[in-house]
Amino acid sequence: MMNKLILGRYIPGDSLIHRLDPRAKLLTSFYFIGIIFFANNWQSYLLLGVFTLFCVYLSKVDFGFFLRGVRPLLWLILFTVALQILFTSGGRVYWEWGVFQVTEFGVQNGIFIFCRFVLIIFMSTLLTLTTPPLELSDAIEFILRPLNAIHFPVHEISLMLSIALRFVPTLMDETEKIMNAQRARGVDFSEGNLIQKMKAVIPLLIPLFVSSFNRADDLATAMEARGYQGGEGRTKYRVLHWHQKDTIAICVYAFLTFALIYLRD
Amino acid sequence: MESIINLKNITFRYQDDETRPALSDLSLTVNKGEWVAIIGHNGSGKSTLAKTINGLLLPETGSISVGQLDLNEENIWAIRKMVGMVFQNPDNQFVGATVEDDVAFGMENQGVPRKEMIPRVEEALEQVRLTDFADKEPARLSGGQKQRVAIAGVLALRPDIIILDEATSMLDPEGRQEVISILKEIKEKYHLTVLSITHDIDEAANANRVLVMREGKLVDEGTPAQIFSEGPELVEKGLDLPFPEKLKQALKERGVLVPEKYLSEEGMVDWLWTSFLNK
Repeated sequence: MMNKLILGRYIPGDSLIHRLDPRAKLLTSFYFIGIIFFANNWQSYLLLGVFTLFCVYLSKVDFGFFLRGVRPLLWLILFTVALQILFTSGGRVYWEWGVFQVTEFGVQNGIFIFCRFVLIIFMSTLLTLTTPPLELSDAIEFILRPLNAIHFPVHEISLMLSIALRFVPTLMDETEKIMNAQRARGVDFSEGNLIQKMKAVIPLLIPLFVSSFNRADDLATAMEARGYQGGEGRTKYRVLHWHQKDTIAICVYAFLTFALIYLRD
Repeated sequence: MESIINLKNITFRYQDDETRPALSDLSLTVNKGEWVAIIGHNGSGKSTLAKTINGLLLPETGSISVGQLDLNEENIWAIRKMVGMVFQNPDNQFVGATVEDDVAFGMENQGVPRKEMIPRVEEALEQVRLTDFADKEPARLSGGQKQRVAIAGVLALRPDIIILDEATSMLDPEGRQEVISILKEIKEKYHLTVLSITHDIDEAANANRVLVMREGKLVDEGTPAQIFSEGPELVEKGLDLPFPEKLKQALKERGVLVPEKYLSEEGMVDWLWTSFLNK
């Protein structure tokens, strides 16, 4: 079940995209979501589509991973597209039944929304597939750093994030073990109706909570024994390096923005 | 000899209403450069003792001094700098997301500049023979390897004292041997003081001195040879018998006369072949 989850998975590699600074990737990914709303005709969508596919190509990650990234959100996409097609009025009417009508604008909007969804998912999947979670959390810490001025606990948040990321595989293993242990005692996790299924989760969740708290306690003790006193006076072992190619990536995005504005209706 | 850890009349309770304190009126001195093993039943207060030494737990009464410093609010961080601790569960003490991050964590806390951290991380990893694993995540390491990372993290801080709080109890025999042999090497090289809390006989057999705890008190003290010659009584004190001792018991049951004093594995081999030849 967990292995199929593509969200937040990292695929090791050594492509140009992999080697970009995580800050550049994080910023551009968010920026991409912003500028995608500039696109409002087929030329601009075509440009963004080609650009996204080119990035995917550069990452050298198997295209199947991206398609699998779309899958969990497929129903949401279809639902939204269906609403757009059925309830948008304007242009030529192709089909009508009660309140439902399929119009020229509706179909067009539906297609645009579909493209928008897929492109956003592709880009965010590209970010997580090519960036190790750790680098992402480093990048988030860097970007949040100005918030220190308003006493936002940036160091604590980033430590929390990196510990959380470090414990994800450990807790996954643990979940698997507890599930197997409970299965060996006769708990069935897949059978029965919704309520029975929810009840079956209890022998999984309670031990998992208890063990997480124990782990937290142990980890806190170990951290304190190693002299952890909070963020002040602390140095950092991991540092990020901004290269020329990161600046180029930002320039490419700037160029993309101008092109989009130019292509807009 | 110069003493490095001094505990005087320590009493500690986890809950105020506890009738039997976890540590009661315990006094202890560890000399510089010594390897001291503390053994005892489950619940005899060994781990509690370890945690009081670097101030993770504060005792009700009594005084603790480490090096030249008394343990109090002011000195606590200086003492923690001197004392490196390796805990029982290799998974739960791994802070960093990769091996090198974890080794660097302690140095980051002390504000060591990055330029100095890099060679120190490298050196520490070399000492525990994990250089090739520097960028691996904890999920990809075995228990013994994780424990070696924890030791490397301690080494990078250059402490005077290493406390092992049942550090080998969750490892398989192979991992255990590995960790102990690395520790022995490092101890000799840097003249460290080692305080190991253990159920493991091999670990205790390496010590200069063995302390036996029961119900929060020190009940026995001696060299491993002295302690191990106690035979079956040891099992009650929370320790397994060393293999030569077990063999002696088995021979005794079969009517063979065996020497009373403790024999190491080598000594046992010598005794066996000489007595066999004499027949």
